[in-house]
Amino acid sequence: METNNTKDHICVVIGASHAGVNFAFSLRKEGWEGDIILFDKDPELPYHRPPLSKAYLTSEDGIEANLLKSADSYKNENINLNLGLTVSAINRNDKTVVLSDGNMQKYDKLVLATGARPLIPPIPGIDNARHVYPLRTANDVENIRHAYRASSNKRIVVIGGGYIGLETAASLKKMGGIVTVLEREERILARVTTPEMSSFFKQLHATNGVDILTGKNVVGIKTEDHVNTIICEDGATFEADIIVVGVGIKVNLELAKEAGLHIENGIAVDETACTNDENIYAIGDCTYHYNPRYKRRIRLESVQNAVDQAKVAAAAISGKKPTYNSIPWFWSDQYDVKLQMVGLSEGYTSILQREEPGEGVKFSIWYFKDDELLAVDAVNNAKAYVLGTKFIKDATTIDKSKLADITIPLKPKNLLVETV
Amino acid sequence: MAKITFITTDDKTITLEGTTGSVMQLAVDNSVPGIDGDCGGVCSCATCHVHVDPDHLEKTGEASEIEEDMLDLNDYSNERSRLCCQLEITEKLDGLVLQVAESD
Ligand SMILES: Cc1cc2nc3c(=O)[nH]c(=O)nc-3n(C[C@H](O)[C@H](O)[C@H](O)COP(=O)(O)OP(=O)(O)OC[C@H]3O[C@@H](n4cnc5c(N)ncnc54)[C@H](O)[C@@H]3O)c2cc1C
Ligand code: FES
Repeated sequence: METNNTKDHICVVIGASHAGVNFAFSLRKEGWEGDIILFDKDPELPYHRPPLSKAYLTSEDGIEANLLKSADSYKNENINLNLGLTVSAINRNDKTVVLSDGNMQKYDKLVLATGARPLIPPIPGIDNARHVYPLRTANDVENIRHAYRASSNKRIVVIGGGYIGLETAASLKKMGGIVTVLEREERILARVTTPEMSSFFKQLHATNGVDILTGKNVVGIKTEDHVNTIICEDGATFEADIIVVGVGIKVNLELAKEAGLHIENGIAVDETACTNDENIYAIGDCTYHYNPRYKRRIRLESVQNAVDQAKVAAAAISGKKPTYNSIPWFWSDQYDVKLQMVGLSEGYTSILQREEPGEGVKFSIWYFKDDELLAVDAVNNAKAYVLGTKFIKDATTIDKSKLADITIPLKPKNLLVETV
Repeated sequence: MAKITFITTDDKTITLEGTTGSVMQLAVDNSVPGIDGDCGGVCSCATCHVHVDPDHLEKTGEASEIEEDMLDLNDYSNERSRLCCQLEITEKLDGLVLQVAESD
């Protein structure tokens, strides 16, 4: 790469979380010699988000136990990290960004890693309700922990049965709370997984003493004497000391939009994470990105996507020709269950469920489009997860009847279609 | 307190001292190349893969089932492979030498 040319160049990154931070370190690794300047409005040193609804919530740890990188790492790599500062505008003409403190910062390359923010539905009464929190930031966890400790009844209603809502419910239950999840759709996780997995998780929560109620559209919240009463469309009411809102996210794309960048269900980028401005890249949750493997644009909310796109953007800015063609993967931890998912199940025509013999819950669901393996959801079954990953990567055709036979161990060679 | 030595894929030796937390966290805090810890230490990403020095297997004990499964089809794994987010720092690990595994 043209390292000598980057000495006087400035790369500015908006958003210092999974995408932005990984990008900054990858760019240094690629040999960029100029300034790398990160901005984030969050005042905390950048941290892992997934644990926020899982182990971190139930622990008493401070955020320093959950950092993406230590404070020293930024210094050692000469990465200029500016926290508690919001970028309020991008001027593409003179290649500057405007900061909330009124200052301007010049850039040669700009990376948008602005992620997403929780969606707060416009439920009448929500603004005046007590202890209503989303869960996206370290500060949100602090608020929830604090309200939880201060509450004597500890009745918690989680609005929204997505992964974050369900993980939060499991964690608060573990802490000793009385937890109810209200989901508007007819099943939980409706947006992100199949009916089979939805019913598995519903049962899991029931077994652990968390009520999950579906078809519950919240239409109002009344708050009297410190207690919130949540009112559903069907007339059902629920009392709550704490309300956690987990109904999804809104992509932070306003900056990009005002700067005239191409927007489409996210900031539109090509397979190198580049926007329609050759000097501006976008990575992570905020992108609607092209993946040649799927021959279409996709929006994902995952660490995998944030990290892989960060590496691709760093390579592209360094003059290489990378392609973002990753197979998506994701995980969720609830109670003693670990879900690992790989691939995209969208468009599947058949599924195959395989339950491993022996103690405890251990199964996998394999999604096929005709003979093509699209995705695997593995529950307490890392073996199925890695095997599925390999098969999808190699586009291997597998013998479904062998896969369905639990006496045949999950090994690559065992499951191949025999050729004559 | 435990002194732990990492040998990177380009043969650099980095010796660190830790008291609590996981070996992965120690490595990440000190920017050991090749240890990313993308999942935060929950056996989901396999970006904390190391090989334990053959003489030190007693210190670390055996890999758990999920570690073995996660590394099962990994091109760079061997019988001394561990996910170092699963290694809790205690006195017992003092003197441990770990080779950072390669990755694609
Ligand atoms: C509770 C929770 C649990 C999760 N669990 C999992 C999981 O198990 N597995 C998984 O793969 N993924 C999980 N995710 C998703 C994962 O955390 C996200 O996909 C990831 O954080 C995306 O990273 P990002 O950097 O693109 O965006 P974000 O993490 O959203 O970061 C964007 C950053 O940009 C900053 N920012 C935005 N606009 C501006 C501005 N104008 N000026 C300055 N700063 C700005 C924000 O403050 C923020 O820090 C979870 C997320 C949450 C919230
Ligand atoms: S940090 Fe992800 S597996 Fe160890």
